[in-house]
Amino acid sequence: MSAAVRLDLDRIRARVEAVPDPELPMITLADLGVIRSVREGSDRVVEVVVTPTYLGCPALPVIEADLRTVLAECGQPEGRVTWALTPAWTTEWISEEGRRKLAEHGIVPPGAAGAPLPVRLGLGRPCPNCGSLATRPLGPFGSTGCQTILVCTACRESFPHMKAV
Amino acid sequence: MTSELPTATPGAPAGTRNHDIAEYALRLGDDALILCQRLCAWVTNAPTIEEDLALSNIALDLLGHARVLLGLSGRSDGTNRSDDEFAYRRTEREFRNTLLVELPSGDFAATIARQLAYTHYTSLLYAELAASADEGLASFASRAAKEAEYHCMHASQWTVRLGLGTEESHRRMQAGLEHVWPYAAELFEADDLTTRLDTDGTAVAPARLRADWEREVTRVLTEAGLTVPAPSWEATGGRSGIHTEAFAPLLAEFQSVFRQYPGGNW
Repeated sequence: MSAAVRLDLDRIRARVEAVPDPELPMITLADLGVIRSVREGSDRVVEVVVTPTYLGCPALPVIEADLRTVLAECGQPEGRVTWALTPAWTTEWISEEGRRKLAEHGIVPPGAAGAPLPVRLGLGRPCPNCGSLATRPLGPFGSTGCQTILVCTACRESFPHMKAV
Repeated sequence: MTSELPTATPGAPAGTRNHDIAEYALRLGDDALILCQRLCAWVTNAPTIEEDLALSNIALDLLGHARVLLGLSGRSDGTNRSDDEFAYRRTEREFRNTLLVELPSGDFAATIARQLAYTHYTSLLYAELAASADEGLASFASRAAKEAEYHCMHASQWTVRLGLGTEESHRRMQAGLEHVWPYAAELFEADDLTTRLDTDGTAVAPARLRADWEREVTRVLTEAGLTVPAPSWEATGGRSGIHTEAFAPLLAEFQSVFRQYPGGNW
């Protein structure tokens, strides 16, 4: 690969990583941890490899369209967006920066994946309003499929939490 | 469904034919697709707004599963049919879903009873399929297993809540279980196809899943103070395209827009 192409890939990668998530626009696709690679395929076409979060997530077609737009804007209208299901996306791939931005917008970021489900959901998710740890699940899904609604038994406010998966 | 969606998923590249995998993916995909349609009907009708959101989000996950599986089926059978073509261009006899998922939803308790049966099955199945020798099935299952586990938790929690709730909720939950249980058997039906796929490491012998499934649902039903039904008959037919009389109206509604605007995209 020539130095010019590599330079171009770096530029494209920076643009790709900065694309905001359609449903949680406060974080980028890089923050979300879904960009696997930006590379030149064997046919010399630039390829962006993305991992879907949830398989039925309505944001997926929007992400694909946004990435195509970025590729076109970078002079790669024939560029390719490829979805890779393996390894499966996990909330552990959300960056520290992404977690900070989610919290800033009132969405309690996910804890560790792999713990038994009720633990992942409830315990240890402090209320963003009053800091109480006495919170319990209110609904298994929130304004997006990847969120759940918890309610604080101390201040009685409900708040969204991104589920650990 | 739109046609431009995650189509470049891994799996058999176009031209690599494997009719066994095509048929197997079609069965699992049709289960997800038809249950998705049934669950969608709960929107604005569930007991609470949180439950409207829960059932519709579970339906959305199932639609995602169906799209990947039907796409895999189309790439494996050599026709390269899209998920839309499978969903909208087939007639009743060409669908391979179990009768369990096409049953009218009944009341909320019957819906939860069906969710309990189906989600325990998919949790176990997808966890095993994640190790499938087929790359397409394995990559699908590695992601879908996580979603199925969450759906399973949702169904189990409601089962316990209804079982231990009021006399009326207990009665309805037990009635829901009795209604759907004869249909759950079809999920575990073995035939030449499942035997071949189990032998070459592509799928799992249904009998093994059934023992684990019975242990898991018994654990939930015991916690809920409910009785494990002991049906005197078992439903069959869906895997060979013989459906219940409730299926044609479901399909007519599901395909109505496509039939009015063939090839339309939105």
